[in-house]
Amino acid sequence: MIRFATFRLLSLTLSLIAASIVVFAVIEIIPGDTASYMLGLNATPEAVEALRNQLGLSGSIPERYIAWAGGLLTGDFGQSYTYRVPVSELILDRIWISIPLTLYALILSTVIAFPVGLISAARRGKLSDYSIMGATQLGIAIPNFWFAMLLVLIFAVNLHWFSAGGFPGWAGGFWPATKALTLPAIALALPQASILARVMRSSLLETLTQDYIRSARAKGLTRGQALRRHALRNAMIPVLTIIGMQFSFLLAGAIIIENVFFIPGLGKLIFQGITQRDLIVVESTVMLLVFAVILVTFIVDVAYAAVDPRLRTRK
Amino acid sequence: MIDIRNLTLSIHGTDILHDVSLQIPQGQIFGLVGESGSGKSMTALALMQLLPQGGKTSGQVMVDETDVSTLGEADMCALRGNEIGMIFQEPMTALNPVKNIGDQVAETLLIHGQAKKSEAHTKARAMLDRVGLPADRFPLTRYPHELSGGQRQRVCIAMAIALRPKLLIADEPTTALDVTTQAQILDLLQELVREENMSLLLITHDLAVVAGMADHVAVMQNGVIVEQGQTEHLFRHMTHPYTRQLFEASSHQPDRDSDSKDAPILEVINAVREYKAPRTKLFHTAPPIRAVNDVSFTLKSGESLGLVGESGCGKSTLTRAILGLDPVQSGEIKLFGHAVGPDLPIKQRAAIQVVFQDPYGSFNPRWKVSRLVAEPFHMIDALPTDWREKVADALVSVGMHADDMDKYIHEFSGGQRQRIAIARALILRPEIIVLDEAVSALDVSIRAQILDLLAYLQKRMGLAYLFISHDLTVVRAITDRVLVMQAGKIVEQGETEQVFDHPKHPYTKQLLDAAPQIPSDWQEKKHA
Repeated sequence: MIRFATFRLLSLTLSLIAASIVVFAVIEIIPGDTASYMLGLNATPEAVEALRNQLGLSGSIPERYIAWAGGLLTGDFGQSYTYRVPVSELILDRIWISIPLTLYALILSTVIAFPVGLISAARRGKLSDYSIMGATQLGIAIPNFWFAMLLVLIFAVNLHWFSAGGFPGWAGGFWPATKALTLPAIALALPQASILARVMRSSLLETLTQDYIRSARAKGLTRGQALRRHALRNAMIPVLTIIGMQFSFLLAGAIIIENVFFIPGLGKLIFQGITQRDLIVVESTVMLLVFAVILVTFIVDVAYAAVDPRLRTRK
Repeated sequence: MIDIRNLTLSIHGTDILHDVSLQIPQGQIFGLVGESGSGKSMTALALMQLLPQGGKTSGQVMVDETDVSTLGEADMCALRGNEIGMIFQEPMTALNPVKNIGDQVAETLLIHGQAKKSEAHTKARAMLDRVGLPADRFPLTRYPHELSGGQRQRVCIAMAIALRPKLLIADEPTTALDVTTQAQILDLLQELVREENMSLLLITHDLAVVAGMADHVAVMQNGVIVEQGQTEHLFRHMTHPYTRQLFEASSHQPDRDSDSKDAPILEVINAVREYKAPRTKLFHTAPPIRAVNDVSFTLKSGESLGLVGESGCGKSTLTRAILGLDPVQSGEIKLFGHAVGPDLPIKQRAAIQVVFQDPYGSFNPRWKVSRLVAEPFHMIDALPTDWREKVADALVSVGMHADDMDKYIHEFSGGQRQRIAIARALILRPEIIVLDEAVSALDVSIRAQILDLLAYLQKRMGLAYLFISHDLTVVRAITDRVLVMQAGKIVEQGETEQVFDHPKHPYTKQLLDAAPQIPSDWQEKKHA
């Protein structure tokens, strides 16, 4: 198990290096130089050059890559030119919203999907199965911004249970902050829960046809016992894969929901960075997201091995 | 005493079993024989009430004084694993891959409340010892993937007999295993029946297995028991034509005569094929695994050469090398004097074709038979204009109808599919056909027909066969010479009859001893 994790960590590091080169290269290739953009069309070449030096954009490509990557390692993400503050500060402000929101949505989606998928698989072909499958179909089909607005309309405008948007910050206490994130998390979780429940159901049904389920039944286990004791863990591999993918998606893909609820998250930061040519913000935030995705993949890989002993002996 | 009376079963309105009656006295072995689809397994599943959805049964299943067919699901759960245990055909998939063997054996005890959590593992340990998996080599923490097929079947047996059931049902328990492993598992089952005074319902397609094991035998066809009786009596007298047919098919000797010429068309000279072993340490490469180790033999024109050995001995690796699918690391393989490899001329490559084991997996289900059979034409320059006639000829020569070419493969049975596979191999008029376990997945009567077909084609077209199989009876029936392979090496080779009658190498002897056989005097009496 430890060997497995070590190998995975090694490949994680290599992936990160490769990803950083790609991110850096893409930003290099994109037309539009930050300095000339900032100074406008009438700037003299000398002024542009001076600003480039000031921003640390001069020097050869490898030099700049090393300076940038080295900065990332020490937590120096550079200076945003639109906000005039260190990028690390911008990210830190937002990451404490985006990560809790992502986790909140993911927990909600898992907590909903597991029992729903399980019930649906156990009652295959019965009315409850059909109803659940119909509901999840709807959950996938409904655009989540529309669902978000519906939630606002019902729970904020009519019932006044939640505020319609904004985020008070964690300084004001755990509960007010969590409350502010609840409606966005529900809006994000609905389609994810629907997908996860369907994957869970089909994976369980697939597992239930396996020979070892028949062996378990021949030992005297009831249908339900065979499902819980033998099928569940075997059915987890595809489910874990989906959960990992959902985390990565939610972390930066929540931008529309962030807009609906006026929440300053990472998605919004990248979007602004792109529209305002604040490339240093884009570069560093994308790299951070890449890191998060690779880290989650690593965690999912280790979880596979925890679930399935066959993966532990393989390298 | 297990007493099944007039058991009838239908699934979604289709009749599966009809009036099945049989009795299994305590401490005896009852053999249930039949071909696939005859209803053997369904009889067992009906007994266990583990039928697929839509199954309806009538009749009685008495276990001692209880009619279990009237019991509800909760009572059946209490009965399964406790009064009746069951093991299945495929030990590779019969165990949960994510639970260790100790937990899986202990579960039988725990589920039935026969042991506390603390004792369950001690008892599981004792059961594993009992089935021949000692603690030093097989601790409870082993996972199924760390065990071989035979060892996994032993774990399944331990699970099934942990509560000393009155009846053990073994559904084709050794079909997926090698002969020597089969012999060990059958010995174990026999010993358990004797020592635990259990009844055993042994379901198999193999007459030789029941001949050596069972006290009573029943022969099943299309859901009906056509004949049953005390084993020796049944074998000696065989009143029902289906029993005779099965018996004859299982020892079928196709009508063939050897017509080999001296010219060697395939030469394998000191072939070595290695695989990289998985790394065990980060910076340490493990020595490679030698799957084919210094193998040499020749195949002559028109000859039928057998290659026998147990799974993992290197048969398939050797086949792949001969077909040019994998290169050899040293030594040489020559087809018609040309080295096998990327430079082998098309004409020579086309002259060797192959038929594989699985008639279900070796065809693209979305292609029509015409396209499937014509596929080898892509090797030669252009599709001949009369390709449909050629396909029709090939189909007719394997006993199919020319019209079959416009059908899809799912419309055919296993035996028919294997004929189509042979037609595909014949389409380029090859000189050599490699038959890789080509009849192993077939029922005995179908197998007999395919063997006849192969003998006929060989005579008509002067084909040479390389016949790879783990089944010694079949190899004996169809080959002139035989190679015995063990751990990557050819340990013995010679004329088939010579090798079978007077084996020299201890491994050959061991293989022949392990193969179950119907006592020869039972057969003589019958023919007389």
